[in-house]
Amino acid sequence: MNDSALEIAADVRAGRRSARDVLEEHLAQIAAREADVHAFNLVTADDARKRAEEIDAAVARGDDPGPLAGVPVALKDNLCTRGIPTTCSSRILEGWRPPYDATVVQRVRAAGAITVGKTNLDEFAMGSSTENSAFGPTRNPRDLSRVPGGSSGGSAAAVAAGFASIALGSDTGGSVRQPASLCGVVGVKPTYGAVSRYGLIAFASSLDQVGPFAGSVADAALLLEVIGGHDPCDSTSIAEPAPPLLADLERGVDGLRIGIVEELTDTEGIQPDVKAAVEAAASALADAGAKTERVSVASTMYGLSAYYLIAPAEASSNLARYDGVRYGLRVDGADVAEMNARTRDAGFGREVKRRIMLGTYALSAGYYDAYYGQAQRVRTLIIRDFERAYEQFDVLLSPTSPTVAFELGAKTADPLTMYLNDICTIPSNLAGHAAMSVPFGEALPAGAPSGTPALPIGVQVLAPARGEQVMFRVARAIEMASPGGSRT
Amino acid sequence: MTATTARAWETVIGLEVHCELATSSKLFCGCANQFGDEPNTHVCPVCLGLPGSLPVLNERAVEYALRVAEALHLRVPERSIFSRKNYFYPDMPKDYQTSQYDEPITIDGWLDIDGVRVGITRAHLEEDTGKSLHVGGGGRIHDADHSLVDYNRAGVPLLEIVSEPDIRSAEQAKRYVEELRATLLAVGVSDVKMEEGSLRIDANVSVRPAGTTEFGTRAEIKNLNSLRSLLRAVDYETARQSALIEAGERVVQETRHWDEDGGRTISGRSKEEAHDYRYFPEPDLVPVAPTDEMRARVRSTMPELPAARRARLIESWGIKDEDARVLVDVPGLADYAERAVAALKTGTARDVANWVRQDVLAYLNDRGLTAAVLAPEMLAELVALVTDGTISRGQAKDVLAESMAEEKWPRDIVGERGLAQVSDAGELGAVVDAVLDANAAAVGEYRTAEDDKARQKKRGFLMGQVMRELKGKGNAQVVNELLDARLS
Amino acid sequence: MTDHSLTRAEVEHVARLARLALTDDELDALTPELGAILEHAAQVSALDTAGVEPTAHPLPLVNVFRPDVTRPSLDRDEVLACAPAAEDGRFRVPRILGEAP
Repeated sequence: MNDSALEIAADVRAGRRSARDVLEEHLAQIAAREADVHAFNLVTADDARKRAEEIDAAVARGDDPGPLAGVPVALKDNLCTRGIPTTCSSRILEGWRPPYDATVVQRVRAAGAITVGKTNLDEFAMGSSTENSAFGPTRNPRDLSRVPGGSSGGSAAAVAAGFASIALGSDTGGSVRQPASLCGVVGVKPTYGAVSRYGLIAFASSLDQVGPFAGSVADAALLLEVIGGHDPCDSTSIAEPAPPLLADLERGVDGLRIGIVEELTDTEGIQPDVKAAVEAAASALADAGAKTERVSVASTMYGLSAYYLIAPAEASSNLARYDGVRYGLRVDGADVAEMNARTRDAGFGREVKRRIMLGTYALSAGYYDAYYGQAQRVRTLIIRDFERAYEQFDVLLSPTSPTVAFELGAKTADPLTMYLNDICTIPSNLAGHAAMSVPFGEALPAGAPSGTPALPIGVQVLAPARGEQVMFRVARAIEMASPGGSRT
Repeated sequence: MTATTARAWETVIGLEVHCELATSSKLFCGCANQFGDEPNTHVCPVCLGLPGSLPVLNERAVEYALRVAEALHLRVPERSIFSRKNYFYPDMPKDYQTSQYDEPITIDGWLDIDGVRVGITRAHLEEDTGKSLHVGGGGRIHDADHSLVDYNRAGVPLLEIVSEPDIRSAEQAKRYVEELRATLLAVGVSDVKMEEGSLRIDANVSVRPAGTTEFGTRAEIKNLNSLRSLLRAVDYETARQSALIEAGERVVQETRHWDEDGGRTISGRSKEEAHDYRYFPEPDLVPVAPTDEMRARVRSTMPELPAARRARLIESWGIKDEDARVLVDVPGLADYAERAVAALKTGTARDVANWVRQDVLAYLNDRGLTAAVLAPEMLAELVALVTDGTISRGQAKDVLAESMAEEKWPRDIVGERGLAQVSDAGELGAVVDAVLDANAAAVGEYRTAEDDKARQKKRGFLMGQVMRELKGKGNAQVVNELLDARLS
Repeated sequence: MTDHSLTRAEVEHVARLARLALTDDELDALTPELGAILEHAAQVSALDTAGVEPTAHPLPLVNVFRPDVTRPSLDRDEVLACAPAAEDGRFRVPRILGEAP
């Protein structure tokens, strides 16, 4: 279903295919299925066609449009695109056109990629199912009655459905990896600071990272090479350029030490088929020459708790700017304070309000130390536990998501039920480490009647900060061993 | 409020001074740091706080903070961080201010004021807010119909300098501000113009029975736009608070605004609760750890500080403390005086200082000019002309006025106006002799006068005759000496 | 601190701090929800963190600066085009009742 970015770029650069043809194929897919899937808030077909023509003209001139020449890319709608509405799937930013491009958007465009549209997300990236969007949910292309995951559900679905070859999302507690897992595509959360956040509309500043979606590990590597590397506009960006990832991708895993995280894999709440997939992947890696065994990273059990204090706290501050004064929605009031409060009540959805309230409380006088302060100290403990584990192991494994895709509406009644989707992914955000999800097999949803289509499982590879090179090698090996074949 | 209540009470004052740093660009972005331009013409995604924007710290602002640390004897801890101060106000683009809270860049310094040491708790960096204009209701906030916001000033770097409550009178508070201003000007970090808002003062004022040591409850006074306002406000608060306590009431800890027209402070308490700023470390900025190299560089470029300059001028020029203070406080005046002294051919530095302190300063104040427009060499020439006896001091006043106004050399003016007086003892001596010969009777009366009064009268007559002969162009001092010699 | 539930009055206070004009229904629903989430989140207090530094920044970076040079600002028309209300080159807001803190 997904057209490889590496192949498209090679073909377009060599003149074997035109960017225009490639684009039209993807636009046709959108025309056929977007009404059902609703991956996009906005499809930018006209702009895309213009850009495709420019790429083809460049090739005809003998110029090289770049490593993503003619590759259709979908952008999560929390990435600023100049002159193009960027809404975060929220009413409070409905229609807002940023006067600038995010750094990652500039980089993919400069590499020759063609933006086909802005994808749907949970409002302000808060959610694990894309059901919190103010503009309606996205549906899982593999089973339209089910969620694609979140918050980057639209981007994951776009790649899975062939609407785009690659996509960009953002990952704060798992929002790239978990939807990748549920939709059966590759999703990466880079090391914190490896990719610029300039132009990524902030949710939780010390946790957010832009991450690639792709149909293959190699395509994800290509995209990460393009978007990564130092950005002087982002003070928290790593000083060096992006490390090469494609070159060593096929190096194999011989001699690598791989640990399966007990607390994330053996815990109650992990669907048995999902756990089995992780073990099967580990087994395949062992066959390929790696050493695999269980490891305990004990404080990851507290990751969810720490996350639900830190992330909402930072979010409550990041979202204060939406006050109806300078841009976005305004609901009038007798005075500015009333205007602010009415605007925010009308513009924000339920989950966003919930998290703003939680975060405000966790930072408030008298509570800061017990909640936010303690959570940041627990974060240090999690980092230390990971450091100890990485003394003995090169990478770690775990499930990405506890279950395969669940039905729309199945987990919306109780916020905590939804939050539990992120227990495996959150620790990497807290630590600032790299992690990615690779599709590995399928399973029926627990308790589903026979005849229900099987749904993708994702295996998560975790690596220390700046460990992308070894992480991608392991991911590639897993991909090659996955049931249903490798991607070449 | 009578003055008598103030006598039994001691006023305790702490001052918070906000100083706009004269960097070229803003604290976190490249917009120009410029006063007085068209509204909203120096804004960008960062200082407007647009979604997705990120701050990057201006190196020069850090350097300026370190310079002030040298000048005010502040300690520079190994590292400092920025924190978010969260509150809503329309002139705040992010609805939080990026400031420094529990780990500021400098702490624990002092400033000596007339032999009294005033402690300085801290000096930290923070960003300035935008400016609101209130429309309707005479421009006052409480009667306005609506407000208009300009963000040119948002993001301008501020250094907030907080003193210990070591100040004990309104006059001392004024002196503290004057000395601080002169210091900040001398180290070149700000143009410290209160009238333009590049220096702002808030005063924390409390009272206690004279001779006690426990602190009373303090009120914070804002909206002090001039030193005169500061004096008046402190006096008003002293009277207000002491009257309250004497009436058996309590002073409320609150913010009060100085009402210039009404000559009083007004409570700023509104129905809203006290602010809970929910400070937490700014995740978008990394810590600042000033290196030894940075500090050495700052030290090597430190200029002479006001106290040192005053001491040097008093010592080497033999001038009074008051005069030294004026010379050093008025921007550019000491530079002008020192260059004049350097250009002196005859005459003393003290002469120069007197001319500068009186006539030059009056001239500049009258026209609202700075000493930079004057040529110090011209003053040096003037002083030489007086010292040589070419013109009298009285004549010199007029010559100087013309020299400054017309930018003409004093020697040329003297020539043009034919002012040169005769000072040659031989020439004058001949005239004196002639007059005495022609007035032998008066000389005789002088010699035989009964008392001093009669003697002075005769001498005055003879002096007058000599000056008449010389048509007023006689050097009075020389004539007097010759007369004394002839008459004795 | 073993009880992490909030009273409705506390929730109202937080809503004021957060400038959210919540309706009564929203307040009713949020009060127990927040309590339940906090109960779960407060599990962090089970860990002994004496002497442990908080992690405000996962990356060990310091001294990231930019040089003091000016760069072009945005065009004012583009900036004000997004504004819900503008007047005389400025952003227009309803009257402000209090002074800045």
